[in-house]
Amino acid sequence: MSLVADPKAPRPPRARPSRLTTRGNTELYGWVFMRASGVVLVVLIFGHLFVNLVAGEGVKAIDFGFVAGKWASPFWQVWDLLMLWLAMIHGTNGVRTIVNDYAEKDTTRMVLKGLLYLAFVVVVVLGTLVIFTFDPCPSGSPADLLPSFCTE
Amino acid sequence: MAAPAATPARKPVGTLYRGREGMWSWVAHRVTGFAIFFFLLVHVLDTSLVRISPEAYNDVIGTYKNPVMGLGEAGLVAAIVFHAFNGLRIILVDFWAKGPRYQRVMLWVVMGLFVVTMAGFLPRHLMHVFGGE
Repeated sequence: MSLVADPKAPRPPRARPSRLTTRGNTELYGWVFMRASGVVLVVLIFGHLFVNLVAGEGVKAIDFGFVAGKWASPFWQVWDLLMLWLAMIHGTNGVRTIVNDYAEKDTTRMVLKGLLYLAFVVVVVLGTLVIFTFDPCPSGSPADLLPSFCTE
Repeated sequence: MAAPAATPARKPVGTLYRGREGMWSWVAHRVTGFAIFFFLLVHVLDTSLVRISPEAYNDVIGTYKNPVMGLGEAGLVAAIVFHAFNGLRIILVDFWAKGPRYQRVMLWVVMGLFVVTMAGFLPRHLMHVFGGE
């Protein structure tokens, strides 16, 4: 008769602390996402700033026609969509961390994070809709405000 | 028994982190990230005006071209440039085997790149904002 417990015997359930453990690995994925999206965002945002603020006449040249000209190309649509989503998730997760660090009362933390997630949904949905439903040549608008390809 | 001469609360000299470059870069990363996030919210809203009418968009974006906003944009770009380079430094600290050993040197590299980038950006941007051509 063996003194060693049968390895197939079910283990007694471990007593685990009910509160302090995180469920799953979401915080780890968040940590990885901040770094991965960060690298991509450096490229996307530096490109965005260069094209909009440095090249040509910089901020002076930005108007409806400028935006319409950019979004006429799927390249800039995808660029801006990716930038919108990555920056919003990256920024929301960053502010979530800050709220968790400094808002000590449970209710304060819940309210602030509720507002944060609401802002996230509104801005991401709105921005995505704008990129995909944008009309570069709205009828009835004066031609001098529109990109040149509207009148061709 | 004579009390020892009142010594001011000793600074935590010799702690690895507190009050040093590591802490201040962490503070700056938070502050810049927080500010950039709120600009991003506003920026998506103002850009969304293209969906209302060309006039509405041009009116609001016109305010971005006045000198005060121009300086604000310079500050925003400075915040983004620091956050970007320091973020890459954080990634190197986390994933590069020698990263933690060189974290302080890398902060000075970040500051150097920041100065170079802003030296390239600022004159051109301020020229756009304050005219000159």
